[in-house]
Amino acid sequence: MRPLSFALALALGFLTVGCEKKNEQGEGGARSGGTPPPPQATTASGATAADTTVPGAPSGGAPVSNADVILLGEVGSLTGSEATFGISTRDGIELALKEANEAGGVKGKKVAVRVYDDQGKPEEAANAVTRLISQDRVKMVLGEVASSNSLAMAPKCQSGQVPMITPSSTNPKVTAVGDYIFRVCFIDPFQGFVMAKFAKENLKFSRASVLKDVKSAYSLGLTEVFTHKFTEMGGKIVGVEAYSKGDSDFRAQLTAIKAQKPDAIYVPGYYTDVGIIARQAREIGIKVPLLGGDGWDSEKLWELGGSAIVGSYFSNHYSPDDPSPRVQTFLTKYKAAYGGIPDSLAALGYDAANVAINAMKQAPDLSGPSIRAALAQTKDFPGVAGTITLDENRNPVKPAVVLQVGSGKNKYVATISP
Amino acid sequence: MADFLQHIINGIATGTIYALVALGYTMVYGVLKLINFAHGDVMMVGAYVGYATALKMGPGTRSSFLGAVLVFLLSMACCAILGFLIERLAYRPLREKPRLTSLITAIGISFALEYGFQLNIGFLPGAAPRAFPEIIVPTEWLIIGDRDVVLWNWQVLSFAIAVALMLVLQYLVFKTRFGRAMRAVSFDHRIAALMGIPTDRVIAITFMLGSGLAAGAGILYAIKDTIVQPLMGLYVGLKAFVAAVIGGIGHVPGAMVGALLLGLVEEFVVGYTSSTWRDAVAFGFLILVLLLRPEGLFGRVTAEKV
Repeated sequence: MRPLSFALALALGFLTVGCEKKNEQGEGGARSGGTPPPPQATTASGATAADTTVPGAPSGGAPVSNADVILLGEVGSLTGSEATFGISTRDGIELALKEANEAGGVKGKKVAVRVYDDQGKPEEAANAVTRLISQDRVKMVLGEVASSNSLAMAPKCQSGQVPMITPSSTNPKVTAVGDYIFRVCFIDPFQGFVMAKFAKENLKFSRASVLKDVKSAYSLGLTEVFTHKFTEMGGKIVGVEAYSKGDSDFRAQLTAIKAQKPDAIYVPGYYTDVGIIARQAREIGIKVPLLGGDGWDSEKLWELGGSAIVGSYFSNHYSPDDPSPRVQTFLTKYKAAYGGIPDSLAALGYDAANVAINAMKQAPDLSGPSIRAALAQTKDFPGVAGTITLDENRNPVKPAVVLQVGSGKNKYVATISP
Repeated sequence: MADFLQHIINGIATGTIYALVALGYTMVYGVLKLINFAHGDVMMVGAYVGYATALKMGPGTRSSFLGAVLVFLLSMACCAILGFLIERLAYRPLREKPRLTSLITAIGISFALEYGFQLNIGFLPGAAPRAFPEIIVPTEWLIIGDRDVVLWNWQVLSFAIAVALMLVLQYLVFKTRFGRAMRAVSFDHRIAALMGIPTDRVIAITFMLGSGLAAGAGILYAIKDTIVQPLMGLYVGLKAFVAAVIGGIGHVPGAMVGALLLGLVEEFVVGYTSSTWRDAVAFGFLILVLLLRPEGLFGRVTAEKV
């Protein structure tokens, strides 16, 4: 059977390619320290969905020259399975820039953002950020949402001395890359802590199972802290099951979890997986609620999860139901501009851009080191998703909210402070 | 015990999908000695056609019996045409070239479909996973205890469809004139041509049949996992290929048995150890079978003509 064995060898080779591709998608951090690829590589490999916008500037005019515009860069997943992440963030950033430009800009100049699509892949994110730094010469980089992608970008910003603010990457490793990397959201340990505390104290649960994505730094980070905290507070983790990004059949894991008889299942994944997990959990007869983190926050969660996801809880950065005037003003402005209710990624994108603008206003000049120094001074900044004071590790200290998934709308349940 | 039964149900449901895709692999291999790597992606296209059709129909129509049948038939027809085009445009011009050329072409088509379907044009919804509309309203077929074990109507239906299609295929291959022509082409397509068998037509129809089966598998897969996504065919295709080899490639019931075995093995590995072991064990199982029985569980030992 020579042709068969030959075909098999080829099939295995093909599979290896498939596996590598998947690994890269999941864990970009490991390979992010290498030398930056030449800028041309970016164009060839697909990060081409670039658009530069000067919010507030008359459209259709002559292309803006570099002299009178401060250019920021954003890398986000505008396509791919987490496309809503990048799009919401971009909308938030553009709204903030529009306001800043209407208020006179920064140092007499307009602020613009150039957005590159990374399709949700770390390798594309790394290419895109290289292009922003070396070709477009941006003053600051905003992004990414997924921690794995931010981890791929951070070393390049650090070595290029371009300050980077990630709006919503919650993995602690991201800002640990270096002193040019900042964030405006809380970090994973805190989210794991929030959900453990909420499950134990508010819901009075004592048994929890965990279903984690082994290819996501985010999922592993939340799992670690949740298990630690929940056990410390007297709860019992009755089982830990795993899946890999890209799976769409979780019945085997869920059947195993069902036999563990937990009070709740902690699923710190992204909404695409969580929606399907919820459906399949109900299908095989699991009735307990699912618990999760901010990766759930997307309107797509209802499309994918249907009624199965209703009643579950997740920790998040902000709630549009928050009556504070800061949130309500943002809500009104966002609705006027885009017509929908902003998710927390939009709010954080808005916060990140405002923190960036504030720092550029404070900085004596627009060189990387000056902006960096000004960013590090950020204190009591009134963000939509909580007041931002950056600590010495460039992470903000602020509370989180817990939301319950309703049908078509999330319900604000509690605010958990650090 | 309850979870053991549930694992068996889940494993068979997964195996059923593998089986339908594996049948197509096996048929094309049997006739052409070509591993059609694009086969899993044809399955994905089938799921997307089903998705688009079901959306067009609206909620009431698509879940009626006729609506569901129409979704299946339309998707199978579209994929049969796609299979025909792939064979006509990509494989036929290369038929007299070394076999490697066709294999590489197959991988090329596979990538073209996987990435082409991530575009957001026409009826294509882009790269994000989409919820598949319910064309079969899920109802419990069997509940044991307090929902300890649940068997759903679509699981039973998928299995029944897979077995029925396998029987039809078996009949087609061994009891009809077309089947005899297929077997003749499989034996030696040049000599078959000399005997007056229209080999091109036989090969084209084989591709169309296989692709139609894949479309059916695609819809059943989308019903099972409740979503469609452009890369859904990648791993199913590879696993179905493994299943076909385990069963003895070219052997119709063998593909079915291999697929069900593989589905069960994967389910138990994930259920009782860890999901990280799933693919390792699946391919380890393949290596084990090939070491002990290189021709597969049901395959016949054939002498290679030199």
